[in-house]
Amino acid sequence: MTATASTLDAAPAREGRAGYFDSTWLLWIAIIAVLLFLVVSPFIYLVITSFQAERTGEFTLANYATAYGRARYIEALLNSLKLGAVSALLAGVFAVPLAWAVARTDMPGRGLTRMLVLATFITPPYTGAVAWILLAGPNAGWLNRFYMLATGAEAGPFNIYSFTGLAVVIALYSFPYIFIFTTAALELVSSEMEDAANILGAGPWRTMWRVTLPLALPAILGGLIICFLEAIALFGSPAMIAIPARFNVVTTQLFQFFGNPVRVEVAAAYAMPLLGVTVLLVLVQRLITRRKGFVALTGKGGERRPILLGRWRWVVFGYAMFVAALAVFLPYIFLIQSAFAKAWGRGFSLDNISLQNFRFVLFEHATAAQSVLNSFLYAGASATVAVFLTLGVAYIVARKLVPFGGILGFLCVAPFVIPGVVLAIGFYAAYAPPPLALYGTALILILAFTTRFLPVGYVNASAAIRSLNPEMEEAVRVLGGSRLTALRRVVAPLLKRNLLGAWLLIFIPATRELSAAIFLYGPNTKVASVMIFDMSEEGNFERLAALALILQVLTLPLLWVGQKALGRDFMLRRNAT
Amino acid sequence: MSKLVLKNVAKRYGSFDAVADFSLELAKGEFVSLLGPSGCGKTTTLRMIAGFMPPSAGTIEMDGKQISSPSGVVPPEHRRMSMIFQSYAIWPNMTVGENVGFGLQVRKLSRSEIDRRVDKILDVVQMRNLKGRYPAELSGGQQQRVALARAIVVEPEVLLLDEPLSNLDANLREEMRFEIRRLHDEFKITTVYVTHDQSEAMVTSDRIVVMNKGNIEQIDAPHVLYGRPKSRFVAGFIGRTNFLEGSHQGSDVRFDGFTAKAGSLEGVNGSGALLYSLRPQAIGLATSQPSGQALAVEAEIASRSYLGEYWDYQVRPLAGAKQIRVSTAPNQVFEVGSRVWLEIDPAAMVRVE
Repeated sequence: MTATASTLDAAPAREGRAGYFDSTWLLWIAIIAVLLFLVVSPFIYLVITSFQAERTGEFTLANYATAYGRARYIEALLNSLKLGAVSALLAGVFAVPLAWAVARTDMPGRGLTRMLVLATFITPPYTGAVAWILLAGPNAGWLNRFYMLATGAEAGPFNIYSFTGLAVVIALYSFPYIFIFTTAALELVSSEMEDAANILGAGPWRTMWRVTLPLALPAILGGLIICFLEAIALFGSPAMIAIPARFNVVTTQLFQFFGNPVRVEVAAAYAMPLLGVTVLLVLVQRLITRRKGFVALTGKGGERRPILLGRWRWVVFGYAMFVAALAVFLPYIFLIQSAFAKAWGRGFSLDNISLQNFRFVLFEHATAAQSVLNSFLYAGASATVAVFLTLGVAYIVARKLVPFGGILGFLCVAPFVIPGVVLAIGFYAAYAPPPLALYGTALILILAFTTRFLPVGYVNASAAIRSLNPEMEEAVRVLGGSRLTALRRVVAPLLKRNLLGAWLLIFIPATRELSAAIFLYGPNTKVASVMIFDMSEEGNFERLAALALILQVLTLPLLWVGQKALGRDFMLRRNAT
Repeated sequence: MSKLVLKNVAKRYGSFDAVADFSLELAKGEFVSLLGPSGCGKTTTLRMIAGFMPPSAGTIEMDGKQISSPSGVVPPEHRRMSMIFQSYAIWPNMTVGENVGFGLQVRKLSRSEIDRRVDKILDVVQMRNLKGRYPAELSGGQQQRVALARAIVVEPEVLLLDEPLSNLDANLREEMRFEIRRLHDEFKITTVYVTHDQSEAMVTSDRIVVMNKGNIEQIDAPHVLYGRPKSRFVAGFIGRTNFLEGSHQGSDVRFDGFTAKAGSLEGVNGSGALLYSLRPQAIGLATSQPSGQALAVEAEIASRSYLGEYWDYQVRPLAGAKQIRVSTAPNQVFEVGSRVWLEIDPAAMVRVE
């Protein structure tokens, strides 16, 4: 190599002026336009509609008077709060011991327990609710029948169609949130902190109560709040269980306001407390998990040795399997039985086995197979849009490419505080009427799903971008590559896995989404979750079970891909929720 | 003509001056270090030279053409410079060969030409056998060599280095200093090197810019900086030193514990306080009163430490209160509490501001 630079054929240094500023502004405007459309406008329409008279559109408070004018409407609100609190506490009872045992002890079967929690997590709550109707329906429920068989009693003790039944079912399928939060926190508590307590004379139990759990407490509280919010925003399980039990919660009441004739104005007014409580509690949750107690956990941690439980390890393992039996084993055994049965009530005899439910769902039913296809198509489209949109925003925010980038980031995470039901009402209010008239189209479902899962996409995208040292891109530029070259040659290849992960974390829940879909689907855009809900109303449990199982089985390859690319617990990490 | 000229460059964040009024000219092929404690503005200056940020005031010119001013900046990709980053910024998705060849690819050289040049530069940094490896399979020192090769292979107009050795362990750091100087001697690329490590700067540089709180304290060759520091900051930052406060009285300058003739000291003017820097190794220690030009000051050994390569004594003049630090050869042993004579050459005392 020679010392001269004359062999270079690059252009001489060009005079650059402030010309590029305009193009970044254009980008900013384009993205903010999309976010306004997806996030802000449905929200504004929700608020405006709640003050509008039907047809005339004049300002009125009548909607609020109607929405809160009857005792049973108010009661539904209170029921939701009660339901949220009881479900969250129950979920805590399920989750915290499991999280502690998996993260910090030598309990046998920790990997198995994690897998079963994952299985719970990917079971849609409404599928769980159906399974529990099979298990604990009065008289015909399997648990009641076993009880009567064993004791000779006239009636079984279980009744799923009750407030308690509903709370248990919701808790069983939301406890993974607390599990995820708590294990994440416990895995950051270093053994040295526990050693410090031990050396000062505290035994293992005292150490757990006084040191380990208090350190994880903010995370546990955070998880409880998420469960509470999940419970009050849920539509499927309450619709299947509370309505036959003759009580209402906010979401089922909203659904009734949405029934014939659609009273979207009243529904909007009635959705306000749900929205308010969610916003408030999300703020509280952020405050709790950001307090200094939690910050202390983010340190280097040192090594972590499992706590030796001695013979207690089997007791703890027994509890883990008990929870797993309630959430996974029993429900799936009887879902599978039902899916392969001519009539589920006739039990496990060989002559009751048949494939006719699958044949019916896949080939004979007019829309069932199409609904599964729709679910996957819409979820795929939403996940793709959400991943690229949030990646763009996260990049712009992290690299400070535009002024006030923080606003874009905020808009991406804002839908986190909007329950699916409320979001759907906002979308209906904004885009169902002309000129867009999107009601019943695939587009409105895709847009609503995209908005719902923007926060998941954004949290993952911005974590991924932040893990990239900006010097990687600066090195490209200083060697003569443009920002686009840097994106194409360095950023994109390095983020491939993260993007796939974010895509799956949106796609998988989007294939099961019910609470927004139920308000927005049309005759040709029915998705699998709505199909399952319809079948439950018809009492068609065998065919329903077959459809629900098909949905679950189709998810397995995706999980496999995700685990190959991102590690076994990719769905159970904190940024997944 | 100067290769790179910075004229009154400043960078302000609100009311905070990260860099204030920085002027510097680099001759073609010169190696200049920006040296200073963290937060002194040296990296900011380097990033302005690279074009990653515009200056708030002042201009930067390369080969007589303006490339940075507050109203516009030639983007980094059009400056034909290279940079070595603190994190090395080796792209983990590309092999060693692909990393090094990237800049040539961007310059649209033919594949065979790229191969030829990559092989050649990898020979220079002794990495040819690792061409097909991915960065994750390399040690820190090897990654550093890849970064060097990647930056040099494009034959940049100016090479910028941002604390390139701070992530290496001590032995490797020392080795790489000489490696960087060797490469500079071979390719003669105009270089700006940012560091907070004075020995790094002294080994590698033709000239050193000492910076403090956004300002230039002094620009000089390494031996001048050490021997003739202009300010208290430079004297204290580069090497160890004693600060001696004196007052000008008549034909004498009185220090704590001894007196020197005004005529024998540099920079004596006016009256009042004068500050001098005196390196510990410029002071001699003897058991009996020395004869000769040097000042002889009787003193007592207050404490000492043995550092292998030298003795480090704290010595208090009998007539003074403040201790003076003295370094001697390892074989010059004095017990704590014993009487000694300090030999101070007034010419070694440097007036500082």
